[in-house]
Amino acid sequence: MNYCNLITIFAFINLLVSIPHGYSNYVETKAGQFFSSGHTNNWAVLVCTSRFWFNYRHVANTLSVYRSVKRLGIPDSHIVLMLADDMACNYRNPKPATVFSHKNMELNVYGDDVEVDYRGYEVTVENFLRVLTGRLPPSTPRSKRLLSDDRSNILIYLTGHGGNGFLKFQDSEEISNMELADAFEQMWQKRRYNELLFIIDTCQGASMYERFYSPNLMALASSQVGEDSLSHQPDLGIGVHLMDKYTFYLLEFLEEVHPASQANMNDLFKVCPQSQCVSTPGHRTDLFQRDPGSVLITDFFGSVRKVEITKDTINLTSPVEPPIKRSGSSDIQIESLTYVDQLPVAEIIHQQDCLEANVTRCRRKQQRTRKLNCQVVEKQTA
Amino acid sequence: LDSRLPLVIFLHALTPAAARDEFQEELVIRPLHSGDIYASFQFRTLWDTDFLQEGQKVSHYRLFPKSLGQVLSKFSVRELHISFSQGFWRTMQWGQPFIPSPPGAELWVWFHDTVSDVDGNWKELTNVLSGIFCASLNFIDLTNTVQPSASFKPLGLGNATDHRFLRYATLPREIVCTENLTPWKKLLPCGSKAGLAVLMKSEKLFHSSFHSQAVHIRPICQDEQCSSKAWELRQTLNVVFDLHTSGQGKKEWSLFKMFSRTLTEACPLASSSKVYVDITDNPELFELSPATPLLGQAVVLGDRRTYSVYDLSRAETFGQLRSFNLLLRDMLRPLLHAERYVAGFGLQTGEIHTVIYNNHPYRAFPVLLMDSVPWYLQLYIHTLTVTSKSRDNKPSYIHYQPAKDRHRPHLLEMLIQLPPHSMTEVTVQFERALLKWTEYTPDPNHGFYVGSSVVSALVPSMVAMRTNFTQDQPLFSSFVPVKEESSYFVRVYTEPLLVNLPTPDFSMPYNVICLTCTVVAVGYGSFYNLLTRTFQVDEPSPPLSKRLANLIRRIRGVPLLT
Repeated sequence: MNYCNLITIFAFINLLVSIPHGYSNYVETKAGQFFSSGHTNNWAVLVCTSRFWFNYRHVANTLSVYRSVKRLGIPDSHIVLMLADDMACNYRNPKPATVFSHKNMELNVYGDDVEVDYRGYEVTVENFLRVLTGRLPPSTPRSKRLLSDDRSNILIYLTGHGGNGFLKFQDSEEISNMELADAFEQMWQKRRYNELLFIIDTCQGASMYERFYSPNLMALASSQVGEDSLSHQPDLGIGVHLMDKYTFYLLEFLEEVHPASQANMNDLFKVCPQSQCVSTPGHRTDLFQRDPGSVLITDFFGSVRKVEITKDTINLTSPVEPPIKRSGSSDIQIESLTYVDQLPVAEIIHQQDCLEANVTRCRRKQQRTRKLNCQVVEKQTA
Repeated sequence: LDSRLPLVIFLHALTPAAARDEFQEELVIRPLHSGDIYASFQFRTLWDTDFLQEGQKVSHYRLFPKSLGQVLSKFSVRELHISFSQGFWRTMQWGQPFIPSPPGAELWVWFHDTVSDVDGNWKELTNVLSGIFCASLNFIDLTNTVQPSASFKPLGLGNATDHRFLRYATLPREIVCTENLTPWKKLLPCGSKAGLAVLMKSEKLFHSSFHSQAVHIRPICQDEQCSSKAWELRQTLNVVFDLHTSGQGKKEWSLFKMFSRTLTEACPLASSSKVYVDITDNPELFELSPATPLLGQAVVLGDRRTYSVYDLSRAETFGQLRSFNLLLRDMLRPLLHAERYVAGFGLQTGEIHTVIYNNHPYRAFPVLLMDSVPWYLQLYIHTLTVTSKSRDNKPSYIHYQPAKDRHRPHLLEMLIQLPPHSMTEVTVQFERALLKWTEYTPDPNHGFYVGSSVVSALVPSMVAMRTNFTQDQPLFSSFVPVKEESSYFVRVYTEPLLVNLPTPDFSMPYNVICLTCTVVAVGYGSFYNLLTRTFQVDEPSPPLSKRLANLIRRIRGVPLLT
């Protein structure tokens, strides 16, 4: 009896000790996983390269990825959205300020707080490459820059019309796969990314990632070389095709992902098999250093937030004293301020006489210029 | 004024050294003659501070948005007016708007006279604003910027008006959509969470005949004595809702039908939050529910109008603001109206006609017409004619700055006296330029836009205008400073023009290369062959019987068969 009791007590004590130990192990593995990817911030560059109303589906593609990326946590300041044409407020749109991704108008991907950084004629190959490499003119505002560093994970999504080795921009110029590979190499040499995920949804999309040679790149495409990517379904109310097949199934997949989900890249590779997509999606992972099974979807589509929970109190500094307003300045200003006359007819006609007087001065007739009180007329520099 | 004094002293006691700023918001609803309804939002932030003071940087922002304040101090801006519009304001059917704007984007800025490089500041300012408003304002450069010499005098305080510090540019192609409304709403102190901005939902605002949002910043008099100046930021949004697309043909309007939202509370940071409904036409026949005893009168655009006022800061206003049933009568016909169109045929020459109507029965008044035409429409100024009532009308002031290819647009400003009850026509011929092939847009067959002409005028008023500013005047009647009682200042914008330039066929380089290579290959190849090819006689191999016979003959030593 004593022996049994001793054993049960011993087992009970063991259990009590091992439970918190097991729990801390669990926490450690979780924490280890949290810091395993090595990135500290997330960026996204989403580009739609097609113009004209019948390319509505490309804008809807880009906006659905934008919506998913925002929903999973990446803020607008870290997203560079480039749309080559305006579909939402286009005069042909029967429902203005909306872009739908599903027939029967179920999902409005345009939303109420969208911020488009490059729009219309600004979406050119030059601007796209400048955004990637960071070589922008000094007066470019922050919202139009990709301010990534060597600890950033970047998601790049391109959609439009493409061919074997090129992608068409706005029906007037194209970018080749070699240019894109060189741009990524520039980004690597300037330490502008930690890891980069490249997704392209065009015809013969796999040709665009064939030439990549920089490390830490993973690429996905909607179709192989020689295959066309197809659009999903038309909407009879709007009159055009609403989305492409690959991005439609990608959006369906991403709607299931939430910020804490553990879905990894292998699930992403299985999106839209040939039975659904008609084309064969392809991917390339040989340049990527980690195993795709250990890369979370939220590493690229979501945003990392490092949270430190602390239990000690922090003393805030005393509030800043506002500057004492200089007294006496109002006394000095005695002159009364007035508004300017909006249409001073007499003054304008006087200006005309001065102009004519200057002409006559050239012809050496001095009398008129002395009578009029003309100000010195500035010579317009050519 | 007496009731406001203890309030002012009380506020002073609470915040001893803080900057004094206040925020007011109002909405004016005006039924139009055609059955459409015009809603105009105005949000005003008034701040007693000095952005341009040397050595003292403004750092504590409360109601005034920080992004705009930093822009003002960095670029030494004295006045900034920017507007984005979709649609065209139809003056003849809708009357005059409270604050006019041309289709597309328009930006005009007065810089402070301490600025040494105005063009450099202008370029950087347009880039910064394009980031703030998510618009392609970075396309504004020297080829579409002009420096008007008489139009666009400053609307704020100031004595010196040296036009070297003024810059004006329009982008008629610019689209307005939710991405421009979002940052505009973020500039308001309450955002779109409380107050009148709750009504601004993009799905309803853009489904309208006319939509315009603008930001106006200028220094104004702080009080009636005008001893010190304060900075005023006005954000305005004008919408005209179409009767037939949104109402089912019945002239019955409600806030919910227009905006798909109702008002729930005033913005807590606002010192005044009011809704005005124009009831001048037929006040006893229509029904406003809920009814309000507050009535106000205001003189605006030369007309005295009566308004029902709803004060949102009082709790009893709320409940439901439901359907307004209105009946409409004929309203005052606008006295000044302008149109513009392109005449001619073909892709080489054309003619721009600008027609200005003066509908006043017996008064003549002068108007200042400003035209900014891009360089690729080469104007022939010697063909400029101004005719009124089929007689020549010589302008009393003409300022013309010719264009320089790829550097500067044309600028034409004229002061024309319009005779009473007449139509004045200004015509000028032009020739279309052939652009370099890289200068064409990706969709050149759409055409190229020419910005609206601006007609500024002092129109004689039927009713005496008030020249002194009081604090309790509604915002919509106090935008333009009034100097004399008998006339009011108005700006009318014409339509923008869409002009086709001779467009080359962009597939021709490919065609030419194919054709040339084929011709060269065929021509050179055949010539080369002729020169270097030699012909040799090739005997076919003899049949088997002949070969056997020849073999036997060789053995016998007899001559062979051929």
